[in-house]
Amino acid sequence: MWLRRQGCLRPAGCGVEELRRRRREREAALRKARREQQLISKRLLRDDAPEEGEGGCVAVILGQAEIQQFLQLAQRGTEEKERGRALVSLRRGLQHPETQQTFIWLEGSMRTLVGLLTSNQALLQLEAARCLHELSHSEQSAVAEACLPATSYLLTYLSGHSSDFISPHVTVLEALGYALSQLLQAKEAPEKIIPSVLGSTLPQHMLQLLQPGPKLNFGVAVEFAWCLHYITCSQVNNALLITHGALSTLGLLLLDLAGAVQRTEDAGLELLACPVLRCLSNLLTEAAVGAVGEQMQLRDERVVAALFILLQFFLQKQPSLLPEGLWLLNNLTANSPSFCTSLLSLDLIEPLLQLLPVSNVVSLLVLTVLCNVAEKGPAYCQHLWPGPLLCSLLGTLAFSDTEVVGQSLELLQLLFLYRPEAAQAFLQQSGLQALERHEKEAQLQDRVHALQQTALHS
Amino acid sequence: MQLPPAVHARLAGGPGAAEPLPVERSPKAGAVPFRFTARQVRFPREHEFFEDGDVQRHLYLQDVLTQVAGAPERPRVPEFTCQVAGCCQVFDALEDYEHHYHTLHRNVCSFCKRAFPSGHLLDIHILEWHDSLFQILSERQNMYQCLVEGCTEKFKTSKDRKDHLVRRHLYPADFRFDKPKKNMSPATPRATVQVSAEALGAEGEQVEGDAMEVCSEPAGERHTAGRRLSLAMGN
Repeated sequence: MWLRRQGCLRPAGCGVEELRRRRREREAALRKARREQQLISKRLLRDDAPEEGEGGCVAVILGQAEIQQFLQLAQRGTEEKERGRALVSLRRGLQHPETQQTFIWLEGSMRTLVGLLTSNQALLQLEAARCLHELSHSEQSAVAEACLPATSYLLTYLSGHSSDFISPHVTVLEALGYALSQLLQAKEAPEKIIPSVLGSTLPQHMLQLLQPGPKLNFGVAVEFAWCLHYITCSQVNNALLITHGALSTLGLLLLDLAGAVQRTEDAGLELLACPVLRCLSNLLTEAAVGAVGEQMQLRDERVVAALFILLQFFLQKQPSLLPEGLWLLNNLTANSPSFCTSLLSLDLIEPLLQLLPVSNVVSLLVLTVLCNVAEKGPAYCQHLWPGPLLCSLLGTLAFSDTEVVGQSLELLQLLFLYRPEAAQAFLQQSGLQALERHEKEAQLQDRVHALQQTALHS
Repeated sequence: MQLPPAVHARLAGGPGAAEPLPVERSPKAGAVPFRFTARQVRFPREHEFFEDGDVQRHLYLQDVLTQVAGAPERPRVPEFTCQVAGCCQVFDALEDYEHHYHTLHRNVCSFCKRAFPSGHLLDIHILEWHDSLFQILSERQNMYQCLVEGCTEKFKTSKDRKDHLVRRHLYPADFRFDKPKKNMSPATPRATVQVSAEALGAEGEQVEGDAMEVCSEPAGERHTAGRRLSLAMGN
């Protein structure tokens, strides 16, 4: 449901330029909000939404009696459509924070909603899922927290169906995943919510929903992948996730994504790729990785192949995700001779160099990965020169960014150390002049000087 | 960005790690004035490194939530009846029928005709209700397994299991996957599905009355008698 864009929801008479302008505005607003630590404000998710659907529906404050009435009608009404309408009315009310509060404090309300979420009638299940959506938008964390206890129960009920893609079940799963992701972004999440989530069976359920294969539903996977990201980047107990096989599940999912990218250049795949990359990168830094068995680790060379296929995809469709992909590449290669060897044996140095011109952040990461390879010694540097690397480095020495130049100098040092012939070639290609440019730069001068000496004495 | 064909071929190949080239470091590497050390990096949630990806995620959510708020147009078809013998439910949307069939006719116990939300729960039901060995074994050991996948607890009685589900997994105290209607009018038979503690086997008693109403001859049921017994024995 999330990716099936049903019909065109653009405001009537809206040109392409206007849409682009609005999107830029929305993007700017979101960036600003994030810097002010306000990105999780649910308000932002609604304010810009154009007036749609049921002709300018306004959030209505519902009192206790009215909520009870709607719930009873939904639960026990005789006609399905009537029951559905009761839920629609309830949902409209739940768009208002006061109604949300009244709802969660009303005895039995959550329980009734949970019952409807597992109804054998599709319409009711769908409408109940939307009510859950509204509740999970609440600014008040108490409301979102009220949804949490039901999650384990609902997942047990729903996980038996994931192989069949019954639409209402999928909708409920997505709504659950979304509600959970909202909850996990709260400021107090690392202290209060994440520990209790990790102490439940939710992590196993989540990982199950991320298993690649015919049962995987994309929209559901997106929501739960983001949940997993909010958990892992909070660094509460990532070791536990590793013992549940998170690394191998996410690794296989990455392979699956790369395969999908090869088959169709669907521009929606990055929605799932992003959180998966982030989780993998953060999980790899855990000391626990060394402590678990072979099967739980991430050693598969195909991950490197998959990552490069995704990098190529990002370059085309979503360049802003290149740094995240390269971050994973750094964490894969930093301490792993095997993965560094893979980069060489799969001929991936040249494709990596092709990313250098993209941006300073990307250049820095590319150079760092190359340093990871070079620092492993002569056997590795033998494959780095002769080759296109030296020429690329002469290019990056001309960049204005001090950090990029600095990292280029680090790489040159390693290259000259383990492959002295490269220093000679460097001299012949006017390397000294390239270095001279930075002799006055405080952050660089010591290293520039050292390299000049090395090159001259080679 | 050009990728060599070996990369695509490798992805399609089997799992495996590359045999690493020999590592040989010199103490001069990364020595002053140089400073490089290969190290993994982790970013905490608020780090600006995540800004772009987070913004993309929220743009996507904004688009999606606009749609969730509106009522989707469900494709209508001419009315038709459920084909399962004895079931008179009528539909005008395929999605509704699909849901109905799956919930009420798919995972049905061939012994007692009760319907269950999933194959997993049906399996547990058959084991606990229709397997003669189960009762015998449960006198000596804890046989009632927790319903939540991933939880390995087992219990002496159905009630103990229910208490565990409520306390540990925060199930509703009166949990059922669908509440039966209290006042059923005979003119409109409604099938209800539930996995209540009783339905799964409360001390071997059958629950009477309004606890369960299902279609009389559901299709798609499992013929599992022989298999279930062998499962129990194989344990």
